[in-house]
Amino acid sequence: MSTVLLLGATSDMAVAIARKMAAQGNNIQLASRNAARLAPLQSDLKVRYNIDCTVHEFDATDFNLHLSFFESLPVKPDITICVFGYMSDNKVAGQEWQESAKIINSNYTGAVSILNIVANYYAEKKSGVIVGVSSVAGERGRQSNYIYGSAKAGFTAYLSGLRNSMHQYGVNVITVLPGFVYTKMTADLKLPPLLTATPEVVADAVASAIKNKKNVIYVKWMWRWIMLTIKTIPEGFFKKLRL
Amino acid sequence: MKKKIANWGNYPVMESDEQLFSFDDQLQKLVKESDHFIPRGNGRCYGDASLSEQTISTLKYDKVLSFDTKNGVLECQSGLTFDKILEFIVPKGWFLPVTPGTKFITVGGAVGSDVHGKNHHVDGSFSNHIVEMELILSDGSTIICSSIQHADLFEATCGGMGLTGLIIRIKFRLKKIETSYIKQKQIKAQNLDEVIRLFDEYSHYTYSVAWIDCLKKGEHFGRSILILGEHAKVDELPEKFKIDPLKLPAKKSIPFPINLPSWVLNSFTVKLFNFLYYGKNFKREIKNVVSYEPFFYPLDAILNWNRGYGKKGFIQYQFVLPLESKQGLIEILHRISDAGLGSFLAVLKVFGKQESMISFPTEGYTLALDFPVRDGLFEFLDELDNIVLKYGGRLYMSKDARMKPEVLQAGYPRLNDFKKIVDQYNPKRKIRSVQSDRLLTPQL
Repeated sequence: MSTVLLLGATSDMAVAIARKMAAQGNNIQLASRNAARLAPLQSDLKVRYNIDCTVHEFDATDFNLHLSFFESLPVKPDITICVFGYMSDNKVAGQEWQESAKIINSNYTGAVSILNIVANYYAEKKSGVIVGVSSVAGERGRQSNYIYGSAKAGFTAYLSGLRNSMHQYGVNVITVLPGFVYTKMTADLKLPPLLTATPEVVADAVASAIKNKKNVIYVKWMWRWIMLTIKTIPEGFFKKLRL
Repeated sequence: MKKKIANWGNYPVMESDEQLFSFDDQLQKLVKESDHFIPRGNGRCYGDASLSEQTISTLKYDKVLSFDTKNGVLECQSGLTFDKILEFIVPKGWFLPVTPGTKFITVGGAVGSDVHGKNHHVDGSFSNHIVEMELILSDGSTIICSSIQHADLFEATCGGMGLTGLIIRIKFRLKKIETSYIKQKQIKAQNLDEVIRLFDEYSHYTYSVAWIDCLKKGEHFGRSILILGEHAKVDELPEKFKIDPLKLPAKKSIPFPINLPSWVLNSFTVKLFNFLYYGKNFKREIKNVVSYEPFFYPLDAILNWNRGYGKKGFIQYQFVLPLESKQGLIEILHRISDAGLGSFLAVLKVFGKQESMISFPTEGYTLALDFPVRDGLFEFLDELDNIVLKYGGRLYMSKDARMKPEVLQAGYPRLNDFKKIVDQYNPKRKIRSVQSDRLLTPQL
């Protein structure tokens, strides 16, 4: 039985991943800024899957506390899944630095800070799995979403380098690119059904990527080709598009 | 988010701004900031009970809070669905105390409709098994109620179609089982008299329901198949099932991919279906042991079976008549058979005694039939309503999308008590639905 640490455990995607990993018999550590919100999920996982589950206070943007957070965990996790992230209106973020900083720190800086600590521990132990939920928005900057996209691009590049550096220690690093997902965060958007995954589908993909030691996964296969197409559009033409 | 929503009957369809929440503080904010809304679960009532221009969906609010495996008491948030509950209670030797014919309903919906099952004559309706529940009222405050604490609110919430408040937490008692299997007995009845006699003869069975052929005339008028069941004990199982007596049924489901054109269901095809259904039971009596899944949820295996009624949707008409009104049952069945409006599925059941304010079940015969929406249907159903009322019966609000307020008033003698409690806990009817606007708002 392994222990799975979920960083950012209040999102719909995190709930689905927690249930999937618990259903496979793993103990779960739920970490989030608002730990009080996690009590119902904690009882849910314990009752439904007969596993142990603990709740931990963790703020992705409070970098100074990351080391003490990890050291205080009662059991060190075998698998660490980084789900937290934050998206808001690109226009607003473009006007207000506070909003941009929040997006960058929640999607990139905070992830680097905590995953450095986890990676160092796994390197020494010579085992462990790190999963980072990044975004297809990081594959190429678009006018509608480039602040979030650039933070995710940074995170994707970080995961790629981390995977390269951890390989020698036998530590697997997985980059998850979910594409559109039906969540509370996207409830107001009209999403194309064929390209949109439910949180449960994302959770299944994450579990299977862990099992099969994958490197980079697109949850819905079409996204690999869509992003490949978007990436090959020449910049001179791309900059004129409204995307 | 603005989207088109409908309940299981696909009638009516309307645009609604649906809000989701996962946490108590989010819900509180939603309720306080909303000018009006209706709580909504999995949309498995049939008509317009959980429809409104503004809805608050409980589907992300679906956590199990506690499970006392020794005494079989489960506590959960209101958006949890029965299918998910079965997955973890059955292997531990527990079952739902009451379940309707679909497992895709939320616990909150089960309370709001006060659902009944094949065991109503023995175990009563769902509300009979509630230890306590917590509601958030229209002003954002929360309140705990049970049959002894704020009993008025409790009574008006059970079957109250969500109008007293949004249920957030429910604690209820489960039923102990030795196995996940049902010892089933099916008996063919030649006509209505025989099936009614058989219901009486087999009333000691925990589960009983009859499928009835509404279109048959003459001496086979009301021919039926009575379906009876008991939870099987371990020693009653065939050897191959004994290895894992609490095994969960395999997940099998076939999606119904398209809306059938509405002409597909006509009196000929329905007659053909009924002929085949009745004829498949070759012997008069069949006994076997089956998993709980096909026994309780035969239609859940076909996801979206409601699409079979076409794009215009259908009305499921369910009424109950007192035991002494068998004549009313005959009269209604004759009217349906004469009208030839075709009902694919007609289900007959005898309810046991139940005293309640606004819950549907009360002692007598209950019949549920599906009618595809088409010209003339509503006029026909108005006529049926008159017969139901003439014989002292009433209609089930969870199935309803069209009854007139006076029909509700005549069928539910304590409706005015209900309205008073709704006004007390939900002043100005901030919580309201298309159905409540139709049925409760008009001054009588």
